[in-house]
Amino acid sequence: MVAIALDDLGAAYGRRTVLSGFSTPILEGGALTAVIGPNAAGKSTLFKRIAGLIKGPGTVHLTETARGRDAVRYMPQDTGGNAVLTVYESVLLAAKQGSGWRVSDGELAEIDQILAALDLHDLAFRGLGELSGGQRQLVAIAQALVRRPEVLLMDEPTSALDLYRQIEVLAFMQRRARASGMAVLIALHDLNHALRYCDNTIVVANGAMQAAGPTSEVITAEMLREVYRVDGRVERCSRGRPVLIVDSTAT
Amino acid sequence: MTSVAARASVQEGRDRYRGLALRRIFLLAGLSFALFASVCVDMALGPANYTIAEVLRAMFDADAVSDQLRVVVWDIRMPIALMAVTVGASLSVAGAQMQTILANPLASPFTLGISAAASFGAALALVAGTALVPIAVNYMVPINAFAMAMIAALFIHFASTMRGVTVETIVLLGIALVFTFNALLSLLQYLASEQALAAVVFWTMGSLTKATWPKVAITAAVLAVTVPLFARQAWALTALRLGEDKAASFGVNVRRLRLSTMMTVSLLAAIPVSFVGTIGFIGLVGPHIARMLVGEDQRFFLPASVLCGALLLSVTSVVSKTLLPGAILPIGVITALVGVPFFFVLIFSSRRRAW
Ligand SMILES: Nc1ncnc2c1ncn2[C@@H]1O[C@H](COP(=O)(O)OP(=O)(O)OP(=O)(O)O)[C@@H](O)[C@H]1O
Ligand SMILES: [Mg+2]
Repeated sequence: MVAIALDDLGAAYGRRTVLSGFSTPILEGGALTAVIGPNAAGKSTLFKRIAGLIKGPGTVHLTETARGRDAVRYMPQDTGGNAVLTVYESVLLAAKQGSGWRVSDGELAEIDQILAALDLHDLAFRGLGELSGGQRQLVAIAQALVRRPEVLLMDEPTSALDLYRQIEVLAFMQRRARASGMAVLIALHDLNHALRYCDNTIVVANGAMQAAGPTSEVITAEMLREVYRVDGRVERCSRGRPVLIVDSTAT
Repeated sequence: MTSVAARASVQEGRDRYRGLALRRIFLLAGLSFALFASVCVDMALGPANYTIAEVLRAMFDADAVSDQLRVVVWDIRMPIALMAVTVGASLSVAGAQMQTILANPLASPFTLGISAAASFGAALALVAGTALVPIAVNYMVPINAFAMAMIAALFIHFASTMRGVTVETIVLLGIALVFTFNALLSLLQYLASEQALAAVVFWTMGSLTKATWPKVAITAAVLAVTVPLFARQAWALTALRLGEDKAASFGVNVRRLRLSTMMTVSLLAAIPVSFVGTIGFIGLVGPHIARMLVGEDQRFFLPASVLCGALLLSVTSVVSKTLLPGAILPIGVITALVGVPFFFVLIFSSRRRAW
């Protein structure tokens, strides 16, 4: 199973350093890791740096994968673009990068499977421009998955989804990670999702790693006050699941 | 979902996609046939009208026809008819890839200032050359036009390598270039002798009548080199239309792809413009028509751009001969007159979706 660890990563836009000295313990495949933190903390930048989209100091250690950097796939936060393409074509496009013009039946079958798994098959031959915000986000997930990631970096994949689909997608990713041994890092703003679906959590604050470890140990009242500026607590609901309750903004 | 239903939908998606691809291949074949027909008609028309059958015989069995017919078809009309094809294709592909890499539907050789620069270069040769070296003017005009077009293209190219220059700024820079070169052109016209002025005005209107076999060969060679380069990048170029971040996340080196494409496109736009003058409409609209017909998967979009541009200019060439009997109107003027109504019909008809 793949494992990933970050060692002293940094990133800058122009002269402005946005990320520095970012290290994490080893993250094993087969599980979801939440990457949380306030707006502008550097979550998206961290993902771009890991995926190699921006350069900077530090190393990304990958073990037990034959593909090296190619094993890492990144799903951007922005789902924009108004290309004249169908959903089906846009997913095919993701799958075929770097290969020839010919499209085999096997490749098409794989696309069909992923679209069906995300409940997108009814939209397959709609134009990208005709999709709702949530539908675009689901297509982006399909595009990321079809590239067979071993390490998948998802930047707020559920931000535009309704309640049902948020749950569906996260549970689906959890099952898929368990089944394939893929390591999934998910930038999230909904900490209850982190509590429920992510084994580990990394907290990003001001471009630095604030905390990393098992979710239940990381998401604490103290962290909430310090990083999120809210007074809150994590309690067990009547069914025994941890739930985050926010009382007020910190004074 | 039950697995039976799931399997049915899996099957359906694949088959529908295959159907879509097949439909597009038929469309491309249809466009190719229309282009061939248009070229034949183009060669049949002229001061002496021939039948299509005569033209075909002259093309494929040259020994069987009269010397006069052979000379007219091969030496006079074919270079012009083929020049329409190569120039239309070049401008259209150049526009298509500019629109792709700049993510802007208004990008074209014309709107980025490459045509305006070529016009200025040609005018400079015509105005200064007629006075200084009258004999060399025939060579000086395209060379000068090409040099200016390349200067404009390289300016755009290097501007786009600079930090902080976004794709939006590049289009703005291009429009600034259009204004600059147009102002310089006006200045030249103001200063020019009457004879040179007439030549400049004629040149800027765009005309295929100066086509020769070497010019056809050069434009065709540029196409033959550049189109396969784009074809090799088909998936990456298509990905660029999903946005910079998305393309990068697919493993595309966006910056490098943009720069290399800009380089290639500059050549593709500058050479035809320096031979035939300003033909503004094709580079903008050819790709849009292609996009409406087959969508933006470059495996279809690229050949469709080639064919739409070529067909548009070839049909225009036919129309420019038939509009006023006995006169060949400047093709740069006719392109928009022919293309705009057609374009409107496409925009307003329901047939504007590619699937
Ligand atoms: N392309 C860019 N150029 C310059 N600065 C940038 C760029 N992208 C992000 N930044 C800056 O870098 C910092 C971190 O941004 P980043 O997008 O990584 O935050 P984030 O944690 O993903 O926030 P959010 O939760 O809002 O998505 C911010 O201060 C932002 O303004
Ligand atoms: Mg972000």
